[in-house]
Amino acid sequence: MDIHVHGAAATEEEREAVDLLLGAATSGWEGASRDIARDGRSAHGGRASREQRDLLLPALHAVQDRVGWVSEGAINYICQRLTVPPADAWGVVTFYHLFATEPRPLAVAHVCDDLACRLRGAERICDQLEGELGPAGRPQRLGDGTWMRSPCLGLCERAPAALVVHAGPVRETATFGPVGDALTIARALEGDTTELFTAPAVRLAALRRSVPQAGSAGLRLLARVGAVDPGSLDAYRQSGGYRALARAIELGPAGVIAELTASKLVGRGGAAFPAGRKWEAVARAAETKRYVICNADESEPGTFKDRLLLEEDPFAIVEAMTIAGFACGADSGIVYLRGEYPLAEFRLRQALVAARGRRLLGAEVDLTGAGGGFRFDIEIRRGAGAYICGEETALFNSIEGKRGEPRSKPPFPVEVGVFGKPTLVNNVETLANVLWIVLEGGEKFRAIGTAESSGTKLFCLSGEVNRPGLYEVPFGSTLGDLLELAGGVLGGRPLRAVLLGGAAGSFVGPDQLALPLTFEATRAAGSALGSGVVLVYSESADLGDALVRIAEFFRHESCGQCVPCRVGTVRQAELLGRLRRRTPLGDRAQEMALFAELAQAMRDASICGLGQTASTAIASGLALFDPFQPAPSQAEPS
Amino acid sequence: MFGVGGGTSSYQEVEETDCVLLWGSNARETHPIFFHHLLKGVHRGAKLIVIDPRRTTSAQWADIWAGLDIGSDIALSNAIAHEILAAGLEHREFIEHATSGFEEFRQHVATWTPERGEQETGVPAAVIREIAHMFASAPRAMICWTLGITEHHNAVDNVLALINLALLCGHVGRYGSGLNPLRGQNNVQGGGDMGAIPDRLTGFQHVENAPLRAAFERVWGVSLPPKKGLHLSGMFDAMEHGEMKALYVIGENPMRSEADQVRTRRLLEGLDCLVVQDISLTATAEVADVVFPAAAGWCESEGTVTSSERRVQRVRMAIPPPAGARDDLDILFDLARRLGHDWGRPDSETIWNEVRSLSPVHAGMSYARLEKEDGLQWPCYDERHPGELFLHSRLWERPVLEPRAPFHVLHDEPPVDLLDADFPFRLTTGRRLAEYNTGVQTGSYASPTRRGETLDLSPEDAARLEVRNGDLVRVTSRRGSLETPIHIDPALRPGLTFMTFHFPEEVATNLLTIDATDPVSGTAEFKAAAIRIEPLRRSAAAESARNAVPVRRA
Repeated sequence: MDIHVHGAAATEEEREAVDLLLGAATSGWEGASRDIARDGRSAHGGRASREQRDLLLPALHAVQDRVGWVSEGAINYICQRLTVPPADAWGVVTFYHLFATEPRPLAVAHVCDDLACRLRGAERICDQLEGELGPAGRPQRLGDGTWMRSPCLGLCERAPAALVVHAGPVRETATFGPVGDALTIARALEGDTTELFTAPAVRLAALRRSVPQAGSAGLRLLARVGAVDPGSLDAYRQSGGYRALARAIELGPAGVIAELTASKLVGRGGAAFPAGRKWEAVARAAETKRYVICNADESEPGTFKDRLLLEEDPFAIVEAMTIAGFACGADSGIVYLRGEYPLAEFRLRQALVAARGRRLLGAEVDLTGAGGGFRFDIEIRRGAGAYICGEETALFNSIEGKRGEPRSKPPFPVEVGVFGKPTLVNNVETLANVLWIVLEGGEKFRAIGTAESSGTKLFCLSGEVNRPGLYEVPFGSTLGDLLELAGGVLGGRPLRAVLLGGAAGSFVGPDQLALPLTFEATRAAGSALGSGVVLVYSESADLGDALVRIAEFFRHESCGQCVPCRVGTVRQAELLGRLRRRTPLGDRAQEMALFAELAQAMRDASICGLGQTASTAIASGLALFDPFQPAPSQAEPS
Repeated sequence: MFGVGGGTSSYQEVEETDCVLLWGSNARETHPIFFHHLLKGVHRGAKLIVIDPRRTTSAQWADIWAGLDIGSDIALSNAIAHEILAAGLEHREFIEHATSGFEEFRQHVATWTPERGEQETGVPAAVIREIAHMFASAPRAMICWTLGITEHHNAVDNVLALINLALLCGHVGRYGSGLNPLRGQNNVQGGGDMGAIPDRLTGFQHVENAPLRAAFERVWGVSLPPKKGLHLSGMFDAMEHGEMKALYVIGENPMRSEADQVRTRRLLEGLDCLVVQDISLTATAEVADVVFPAAAGWCESEGTVTSSERRVQRVRMAIPPPAGARDDLDILFDLARRLGHDWGRPDSETIWNEVRSLSPVHAGMSYARLEKEDGLQWPCYDERHPGELFLHSRLWERPVLEPRAPFHVLHDEPPVDLLDADFPFRLTTGRRLAEYNTGVQTGSYASPTRRGETLDLSPEDAARLEVRNGDLVRVTSRRGSLETPIHIDPALRPGLTFMTFHFPEEVATNLLTIDATDPVSGTAEFKAAAIRIEPLRRSAAAESARNAVPVRRA
């Protein structure tokens, strides 16, 4: 292709990393060294290599995993291998914030300073790190690592949290939380990253903190967490695993979909779309090549439920996707996993290998050994740090190796999804529910919860509570019930507000403790359940800081495709900054009018949920507790 | 094809075919709009085979690229045909019922094994086999070509070689299969259709056919010369021999576009009278006795144009021409009146209706229909005829409507300008995306990809000559010599070099080219000159690049 990121060449190490993924280049045209006797007379590829475009992100990951950043030489080499114009690839690389396009040390600590972590001392840790190691993003004074601020790492129950990544021939990662002292991170940067493989007892203790209910009776989605070895397929089967698939095969595809429809299960990713309708639409699609995607790009600040499900019960998701493939007539499954979830990726990869080994995935999924199975396999695609990729059509573009910009709908994914084929997209938690529905039947599932919100729900409690963690309760439990489960507000302080549903959700006040956490009740209260975030703020919290942070989050994560969102999120962040500094343009009333107008423009004219909800949490906060009211001493004389 | 000068297929078909054999064409840069249609086909799943000495940016989209030696097209076609027959992939029914001369052809290509093909073309035998199988086994396939086929001394034979392949596989006369020369300008097709070729009247009616000619004589009220005229190369020969003393040039810049420029200048300057009618003062206009400033056809006049897919479309005047410039028709009418023939001032529709009355293939195309139906594709015989998406469907009627389509026995002939120790490099020519021909239409626009004229050569030759990008060299052919900077292009292999004609004022590439012409079409062999290269001096840029650290991205 004609436009090049000038003539930079890849290093041996970068080429090796790419070749490990793609295989060795077979001609000079593809990036091998030029052999004019061969290359001067013919070339092959074209279409065949262009169809590997979806390997662009995996190839970029391969380079970054190996050398810690993605150089222009590496981009040129990848582009040659995949026949992607480098200018186009540059647009992709720079879209995802986990990819570094400037030299970066091999060891990087990503220190979360997002909503939950900043309530639990993230700024203090960042200050310490700056003192110990120097400014964020620069090589540390001693040693080769660096540290960076990060948006929500999905480790909110362990706030303040950090993720340390060591690039190299074998990438090593470790998560930390709660981080008591910046020294832990400094040490990890120097190579002490054994956390993944710590002794089982230590691991279990940590897990009990993350899932305080672990081991309790009556859990459904969390039943295996802490009780069944997530690395063992045998243990999974002994605990009832793959009985749902057996039952699904008895029911047949139409039977499975009928149960799902009867269950009234709705999506748990935030949009609450009826799952049965989606499955049915995909099963009825005219095209026979279909995909099942598990949306594990959990990036809503304050959400960590999918991470824990994948880390602690990976086979359940594999089994549920297999059922989805069976029911919808899809032979390809893809898990689109957040780039920040290395342990989930590790466990899931282990599970896929084990399942393939027992013919529970592959050319013929054969549960009984009797033959006559169906084809279904799953691959993992790792995201690279883009909140927008949780939006399903942006997720498709990301899988296809493009910038994660949402597509216009219609056509809907059930008709034209990833690679232009009918696609079923379900959130991790949604899929986890499928196993129960198939096993018990839709009617029984529907008996749990309320009329319009069936089943149980996972809630991510974080912020100022005594026992932050993941909780499973039947729909209908109130906000007060959940706070009680989590041991109440930290230090017994008075409750000030709760952020429901994350940055795209909304704030509710202490008067809402009796609010049943169902789709219908939260909707009626002008709020939303979203992904199940319950982020708790006490009277002593700096809510102004929280609102500014939310605004900054959207400014950072807007993909830039629609003008109202691209410009609106910036203007909104600037506006909140002015309010916080008490330096309004004009007077405060004018600022509030401008805010309302921005919010309306983004809501009306953005094509995806990001822009449409970029103002809701802030608007609800301003209405509920307005932290930017002039302090009484500064009030203008009346 | 087969008697009419037009591509057989529609753009829509290239979007829906199964295989495109793009031969001697860098359509991505030279026919970018057509290439968009082609890419739609490629994205839908069509295979793309590109035959070109250079691995062009078009070739980068190909499933197979074959880098043949310049001028070995017939050898490659014969070898592909051999493999198609050896593998039994030919379309027997079509050959039997719709073609003639197959037996002689079969015997001729029997000796053209892929191994012999490799020897003559440089393309590996295995690749020749792959191409044969991909093309022949595609349910529908089309062959598209441009000047890489026709700017040779044996241009017509080259085209016939491609037709042989299509006949062999039955890849013509059906939807999605066809033979398509890509036209260089928006209205090259229309010019030919209207009779601006030496042997045809409007609608491809042969001038030497007395009854056809009589129809025109009746309508025009004059008698017409019964013999065909001269093609461009023939005109220059006639000037050379003193038989042609006056020349009226409309919208053409031979001073820059003709091969062997030294001779072109001498001949044009030696004319008694040279008249040039153009939208700008071209190099040819500068030596003319009379210049008629003309309106720009695409926006300052009324009429029609015809695209490569034979689609006649209306053109409307959007703005009046600048002061002093006049519509081509106005100029012609006034000139006629001064010469004693008052043609009146018919508008473009009246003239078009005369075309319809004389050319059966245009008869059904009223202005009203052209407007309503977004253009029509000829042939369109009457007002109810919808026009034809593709030509030669008759070849699939049984029994076939005569005449049958003939195979041709073709012999490989190397380019006229032979390589030897004094002139060891092959120079070929072409165009680049941002430029058009001699730059008359494109020179006044800025382009971020414009880098001026260069001699492009392979990294291997650059290393051997010890030159770097931007270094100045002297390029000499048997006809002329010039200085130009070089540009290293990995798309070239050792021994092969490339230039364009885009910047004739800076680098007059046609000083080097040869005017050996095809005896039938009169096209010169722009694609194959023999040259030598002598390094002159290092450019300042190349010199500083030698010492510089890589430049950061802007």
